[in-house]
Amino acid sequence: MSEAGDSIVQFDNVGLRYGTDREVLSDISFTLYPGSFYFLTGASGAGKTSMLKLLYLAQRPTRGAISMFGHDLITQPRKSLPNFRRRIGTVFQDFRLITHLSAFDNVALPLRISGMGETEIQKPVADMLEWVGLSHRSHARPATLSGGEQQRVAIARAVIARPEILVADEPTGNVDPEMAVKLLRLFEALNRLGTTVVVATHDVHLLRKVPDSLIMRLDKGKLSDPTGALRYPPKRDIPRREVQP
Amino acid sequence: MALGPVIRRGSPRFGSSASRMLPQARIAGPMPWVIAIMIALTVMAAGAGLALSNVAANARAEIAGGVTVQVVEGAPSARERQAQRAVTFLTGREDVLSVRRVPDEELSALLEPWLGASISQSEAVPTPVLIDVRLSGPVTSRRLRDLRAELVREVPAARLDAQAGWLAPVFDAIRSLQYLAIGLVVLLALTSIAAVWLAARSALGSNRDTIEVIHHLGGTDGQIARIFQRSIGMDALLGGAAGLALGVGAMFVLGQQFAGLGSGLVAGGALSLLDWLAITAVPLAGVLLAILTARITVTGALRRML
Ligand SMILES: Nc1ncnc2c1ncn2[C@@H]1O[C@H](COP(=O)(O)OP(=O)(O)OP(=O)(O)O)[C@@H](O)[C@H]1O
Ligand SMILES: [Mg+2]
Repeated sequence: MSEAGDSIVQFDNVGLRYGTDREVLSDISFTLYPGSFYFLTGASGAGKTSMLKLLYLAQRPTRGAISMFGHDLITQPRKSLPNFRRRIGTVFQDFRLITHLSAFDNVALPLRISGMGETEIQKPVADMLEWVGLSHRSHARPATLSGGEQQRVAIARAVIARPEILVADEPTGNVDPEMAVKLLRLFEALNRLGTTVVVATHDVHLLRKVPDSLIMRLDKGKLSDPTGALRYPPKRDIPRREVQP
Repeated sequence: MALGPVIRRGSPRFGSSASRMLPQARIAGPMPWVIAIMIALTVMAAGAGLALSNVAANARAEIAGGVTVQVVEGAPSARERQAQRAVTFLTGREDVLSVRRVPDEELSALLEPWLGASISQSEAVPTPVLIDVRLSGPVTSRRLRDLRAELVREVPAARLDAQAGWLAPVFDAIRSLQYLAIGLVVLLALTSIAAVWLAARSALGSNRDTIEVIHHLGGTDGQIARIFQRSIGMDALLGGAAGLALGVGAMFVLGQQFAGLGSGLVAGGALSLLDWLAITAVPLAGVLLAILTARITVTGALRRML
């Protein structure tokens, strides 16, 4: 795997089927480079969520090879996967907030999982809630939050531990255009700090808001890569966080 | 923008925050109460079993080598004479360790519950003289026969019995009760296991989402299992403590009532420190069982996820 040297994720002829159905993803091959910003688009049912599930390790492919952070994922023992997951931030399409925990405790979860002390947690979580505009709702349970507010809690939880890869499934589906742009700015800020971002979305307007982004298009389980930019991407100055003043 | 520093490796314990991962409303649930009742019943059954085995052991030790001589004679003066002769005869023998004539007051106190104070102290009902004799070595039937023959030649009104002999039916009854107690403890333990198992499974079922989310955020199986172990362990500890208090309370009340009977046999049933430790171990075993069940159930469910 010579080209995997500076890649962060590599898919090689990956296929996925649920049970004995036909493949929902076929012959998926691409390389993600650290510090890049990717949009994943495609019609409903094209397989966007399925592909993200492979990325956030909720699903193993039925065929093909995936490597991540320079390790072959297929042969990784199960007990080493939590360490991979902690390097990935995920915004689930259905949020998956823990219903009996407050917004604050939901956002704090990744930090607690990684063993941070209670006193260290307070400020970053409060800052993150302020960034997504939910300081005043930090004690609210998810059930008492609006759809857009829940989505912002889910996003805050995904980015709080500064993941190396951020995977977001329709992260702006439930918020107004203004908030969508604001959340996109959050992803860009994270991206500038070196995080590789993958955002699945229907919203074509969103794609134009991030000029440097690369676009992956799924069509009925096939990845179209007309320019070859995904398989053989143009060289970028990476990691970009080092060129920030 | 302030983003948290990144600590990612290993499987640190959640510590104090573990309690914030699961719903807090525990006491309201049936789990601690079910456990409390099971533990109380188990404690009582175990306590009764231990007390019975103490009664049996004490009595057996007391009467090993023991024979009882009764002097049954209607006329008080003749009875007294014969009794004294029996004591002299027995004291003189080499194979006799000790001879103790049970004082009349003790005897009438013993009989009082059955005959009433006025009657047992009057001469209306002639009571025999009892002599406790302790032989050196075990009491075989041959020794007993020889001794009896010699004694009766000397003291015609004397009757001699091995103490173990006339207590045999009592021992049998105690043994059956012990088996009953052991059976009860086993049945209760099995039911407790089932109850704890069901409770752990239902706790798991109603928190499946939580488990999945923590799993997806990089929580290890160990971390997730510990959250549940902690929560279910606390339930079991609460229930166990309440059950122990209930069971010990009931045993104490019963003990007082039996002590009121003033019988030496029942006093022999007093529990030793070791017995109390065994009884305290019942709720602790319950807690361990609950924790183990939680661990097995949770890790089993997690293994089915990637
Ligand atoms: N768990 C599953 N079991 C069986 N089939 C599934 C499962 N999840 C998804 N599918 C099927 O796989 C296909 C792709 O679904 P997926 O959720 O990846 O699409 P999507 O692009 O995310 O759609 P949307 O934009 O509506 O979220 C669909 O045909 C769907 O029915
Ligand atoms: Mg989807």
